[in-house]
Amino acid sequence: MAKITYIEHNGTNHTVDVQNGLTVMEGAVQNNIPGIDADCGGGMACATCHVYVKEDWFDKINKKNEGEDDMLDQAYEPKKNSRLSCQIIVSDDLDGLVVDMPEKQT
Amino acid sequence: MIKTDALIIGAGPTGLFTAHQLKLIGLDCQIVDNLDKIGGQCIELYPDKPIYDIPAVPECTGEELTNNLINQLKPFDIKFHLSERVDEVKKDGDKWIVKTNKGSSFTTPNVIIAGGVGSFEPRKFSVEGHEKFENKSILYSIKDKNIFKGKTVSIFGGGDSALDWAVELSNNCNVNLIHRRDEFRGAQATVDKVHELTKSKKINLFTKFQLKKLNGSNKIESIDIEDDDKNIKNLKTDYVLGFFGLIMQLGPIANWGLNIDKKTVEVDTEKFETNQKGIYAVGDICNYPGKLKLILSGFHEGALAARACFKLARPNEKYRFEFTTSSKAIKNRLGVKSD
Repeated sequence: MAKITYIEHNGTNHTVDVQNGLTVMEGAVQNNIPGIDADCGGGMACATCHVYVKEDWFDKINKKNEGEDDMLDQAYEPKKNSRLSCQIIVSDDLDGLVVDMPEKQT
Repeated sequence: MIKTDALIIGAGPTGLFTAHQLKLIGLDCQIVDNLDKIGGQCIELYPDKPIYDIPAVPECTGEELTNNLINQLKPFDIKFHLSERVDEVKKDGDKWIVKTNKGSSFTTPNVIIAGGVGSFEPRKFSVEGHEKFENKSILYSIKDKNIFKGKTVSIFGGGDSALDWAVELSNNCNVNLIHRRDEFRGAQATVDKVHELTKSKKINLFTKFQLKKLNGSNKIESIDIEDDDKNIKNLKTDYVLGFFGLIMQLGPIANWGLNIDKKTVEVDTEKFETNQKGIYAVGDICNYPGKLKLILSGFHEGALAARACFKLARPNEKYRFEFTTSSKAIKNRLGVKSD
């Protein structure tokens, strides 16, 4: 279990407990947190679960998957710390993770 | 005006199988899709990715699934209207009048929305003021490459479309190619060609840069691009081309008077009908208690929606349930010999 904080573009904070093994995307969708669309349902086949991972966390979480950067090319305003939240698997180590959401996904 | 028993919006797996079900019970149908090819998300998002949960098919890719569905439709004559987006659905007595952005119009008692997450549209730039240059100096697809002759063209993106056009236009234009990172996702041969042309100064390559600002009043005169360390470069340019792939937008469906919640359309689970009589929604785009966004669910939903269509298309006939293994009528429609 990890406490994860999702910050909407307008600054609204949502902190929720997410079970180990779920993805950061699923943590948002299952808790009805707005800002993550996840159109393809977690298949790394779209770029609508795009988040910015806070700098101090970026190197601590699992590395980008092969093909993830290809999808991020198609995301809305990708930055250096961009990730697809469907590719970040939650574990105890992620307790306290903070992700910012882009202005929009599409 | 085209007359049909049912109009299907969306040529993904659910739309294709729904067409199969309609033809099987003796109704005719036509299919409209905004993509230029059949297959929907399966073909656009994951043609090469294996799918493991299609009943009786242990493993197949999105492309294989699409091809199998197209094969299954072979006995039938189904008209596809590709690269067309349905813009308008209007009531006309007990029929619906459906119009596309390319001017096709249909009259039908049944409209089946099998639209996935909506229609695929090009992802656009997000910088301020991009709208006013759109379709003039900013383009997301190329219809006539001759307009660029002798001009400076700035191409953004790292996939095949961006690279192919950079190579092609470098023949007679001044090409800037801008991409947010060093790696490209296009075919290796094209990537090599781009590097070769960069060396021979036919292409000006800027990696780790993104579009920051558009300069110009009526048309674009120059652009500012910025790298990760906030260094800004100004490039003179006549055209800006963006190739960031396609995204799914619900689009005009939102304006058809349907009950929509979180980009999905509410339906009942008997007919998969929406709040509008004769308009159904099946596949990823429909929503009901317990809905699973699986291809197999779309098949089931399409089969039931097809039966519901029968009542409105043949009000004076009674629908009779039949099996493909035993029905003479169905075998005739399939063009197979009956025992």
